[in-house]
Amino acid sequence: MKNNKINKDRRSFLKVTTAVGGGMLIGFNWMGCKSDAVVKELSLPYPKEWVDFDAFIKIGDTGLVTIMSPNPEIGQNIKTSMPMIIAEELDVAWKDVVVEQAPLNTEWYTRQVAGGSQSIRHGWEALRKTGAAVKQMLVETAAEKWEAEPSDCSVENGMITHVDGRSIGYGELATEASKREVPEEPKLKDPSEFKIIGQSKRNVDMEGILTGAPLFGTDFKRDGMSYATALRPPAFGQELKSFDDTETRKVKGVQDVIRFGNKVAVIADNTWAAMKGKKALVAEWEQKQKAENSEYHSKTLLDYLEKKSDEPRRVDGDVDKAFAESDEVLERTYEAPFLPHSCMEPMNFFAHVTEEGAELIGPIQTPQWTQQRVADLLKIDKEKVSIDMTRMGGGFGRRLYGDFALEAAEVSSLSKKPIQMIFSREDDMMAGTYRPASAYKFKVGIKDNEVIAYHLTEACFNGQMFGTMPNNFPCGAIENYRVDCHTIESNITTGAWRAPYANFLAFAEQAFLDELAEKLEKDPVQFRLDLFAKAKEKPVGEEHNYEVDKFVGVIKLAAEKAGWKSDGDNSNLGFCAYYSHNTYVAEVAEVEMEDGLPKVKNIHCAVDCGIVINPNAAINQIEGGIIDGIGHAMYSDFVFKDGQSQSNNYHQYRLIRMPEIPTIDVHFVKSNNDPTGLGEPTLPPAGGAVANAIYKATGLRMYTQPFIKNLENLG
Amino acid sequence: MAKYTITINGQSKDVDVDPDTPILWVLRDELNLVGTKYGCGIAQCGACTIHIDGNPARSCSLPVSRVADKKITTIEGLSAEANHPLQEAWRKHDVPQCGYCQAGQIMSAAALLKENKNPSDADIDDAMRGNLCRCASYTKIKAAIKSAANS
Ligand code: FES
Ligand code: FES
Repeated sequence: MKNNKINKDRRSFLKVTTAVGGGMLIGFNWMGCKSDAVVKELSLPYPKEWVDFDAFIKIGDTGLVTIMSPNPEIGQNIKTSMPMIIAEELDVAWKDVVVEQAPLNTEWYTRQVAGGSQSIRHGWEALRKTGAAVKQMLVETAAEKWEAEPSDCSVENGMITHVDGRSIGYGELATEASKREVPEEPKLKDPSEFKIIGQSKRNVDMEGILTGAPLFGTDFKRDGMSYATALRPPAFGQELKSFDDTETRKVKGVQDVIRFGNKVAVIADNTWAAMKGKKALVAEWEQKQKAENSEYHSKTLLDYLEKKSDEPRRVDGDVDKAFAESDEVLERTYEAPFLPHSCMEPMNFFAHVTEEGAELIGPIQTPQWTQQRVADLLKIDKEKVSIDMTRMGGGFGRRLYGDFALEAAEVSSLSKKPIQMIFSREDDMMAGTYRPASAYKFKVGIKDNEVIAYHLTEACFNGQMFGTMPNNFPCGAIENYRVDCHTIESNITTGAWRAPYANFLAFAEQAFLDELAEKLEKDPVQFRLDLFAKAKEKPVGEEHNYEVDKFVGVIKLAAEKAGWKSDGDNSNLGFCAYYSHNTYVAEVAEVEMEDGLPKVKNIHCAVDCGIVINPNAAINQIEGGIIDGIGHAMYSDFVFKDGQSQSNNYHQYRLIRMPEIPTIDVHFVKSNNDPTGLGEPTLPPAGGAVANAIYKATGLRMYTQPFIKNLENLG
Repeated sequence: MAKYTITINGQSKDVDVDPDTPILWVLRDELNLVGTKYGCGIAQCGACTIHIDGNPARSCSLPVSRVADKKITTIEGLSAEANHPLQEAWRKHDVPQCGYCQAGQIMSAAALLKENKNPSDADIDDAMRGNLCRCASYTKIKAAIKSAANS
């Protein structure tokens, strides 16, 4: 009950501040901001009264419409594109729409998660129906009022018009309409009728971002709030033996020092005092578990690649028999390091735990899961935990894990204070939930210049390729096919990192196919097309996680746009195509030598993601994914020594910067299929395209990431 | 603690803080100007970029004691109506992804355009290499800087 009350109170507060501030975006008004900084002219007068239709739509008496955006915003622009889908079917003008971030509410919304590039794909139909249902209620209300047939009424921009010329706006009908029963199967538009979907609409948080309004977790403030930092084990496998806080307590502004579990929290009047106080702590740590090194990681992975698993993830035919019959065998191994997520906004969360319950506010990709875990931690009912989502300064998978929210809750509970827990960059990098180090071995058997056997072996720390990846291309195109996966335990915390598994597998697979094509003396693009033709004509095996025509569609489009010559030498061009997270992508990279080192000059990218909802925002995701993919493949290295990461901040950990970015051309396959996500799918192919282009420019094949380590001798 | 009077966005403010407090935290925690962001604390990411007497500076690495007599501009004060040519260009190109780095990007770009009305690609790369964007909105940032320079 308490939770409901918290949420209701906040909703009504929203209305008040909105009335004062107004603008295209609300949702941060409870963050104590000076809302006049983001005032934008409203297109319609601010309503005296709002009518709630459902958890998504409110219509004001002036015709202004509020649409709630249910999912967490991590920069994938969901807060703009999800409301666009509702507005389209509701048939209102986008300029008359105000967007609010919805709170966590499991009764109102399903899947309030940001992950796996799935928000749009899962939300698509439900969001359309939501808009269409309310539109139908409004039209029926108008028709009843006019004693007319709904079929004689048309709608444009929130205005209903009868064939005889009478017309009335949504605002006047809202109260009556909201009393009607909600139709379960409202009529949806044909894509040819779309007016908002397919048009670029600006990020709804734009004004706030441009003026420095408090949008993010770290920007949240509450009267009486304290700031907290935590000292965490400097290396994995260590436990806190003892600590001395004498110096910490002398730091001006430090309020308290509290041990919690294996960590020590410093609570202070401001962030600086909390950070300074933490630095002044003297702690003694004990190595309780293995202190892992990168050499150990590498050796272990490579050892496992030589083994077969008892439960292969896919078996077609008999690879061993086929290898024995082969004229030739090509075998290559690829290796990648652990990687931190490096969200620009370090992990943080606000928590206020009292007798009555726990209130949490901050950047989180998984509010629902976190609510349950906070409840378990504090041993209280889930209903007593409220979670509100702020905008997130990046996620990339890191904010799925919620450990920072739990820390905030625990420290607030122990200190009995409302606190903002903030990670320093060093904490963020050294106590991460890393992309696990992994290695792949590809082995193919060749007979009569055809590939007759394909064996992929994976070795990875704390995980295995999940889902349907073993059924990815090129399965279906090769008679004898086998996939083995090994997972090895590590005490380094690992987790999903933008495009899990695919982020490295795609490079390894596509670099291998490039080398294989060369060995067979085939054009790399034609080689892939030949394999697809086989997979289409007579697919091998039962399960295939891709559609040949869509895959071929992006391959041909990218090759055409890049001017790929199927019989030429395509100097300095590298090709790559990959399907992940339900979206098909092909990329052609162009590399030039500059000061003795290869530089990526251009990427031609073809994407099939079904209907494109917000083209400009889609391009942002596509370009961001590509540059992210290039950056981490080229530059980012992360080494462990004695269980401790050897990089703790950006002076020791290289991310791609402006001078290294290529120009990017994006080409969409025109489609009326339901939309799929874009947060991840363009990242995986980037590394492969670049590796294959580097080979063209330097003659060097890339087998390990980051590539720069293999190129140092060139410069 | 020590008392300082600092000029921020044309207004004079009194603060009572530890002399070694970076101006970043004075802005964010004391003055509630949270547009300036913390990203690394060691002058490596540019998220905290502000102008000091018109020059770009990383506020995370500048103690308040060193800027007390200088004029500070933050993203909140870059323009009166959020209409600096760069802000307009950012709107036009719909630059931000997560948005966290963008205040720093805009402040670095504003300092560049003040010195160099017509920057080349290389000038832009040079001026902006200190600003990380983890979402990699770099192509849009570059395009927006160019269109602001032309406006
Ligand atoms: S926070 Fe100042 S440069 Fe990163
Ligand atoms: S927009 Fe996310 S870090 Fe730049």
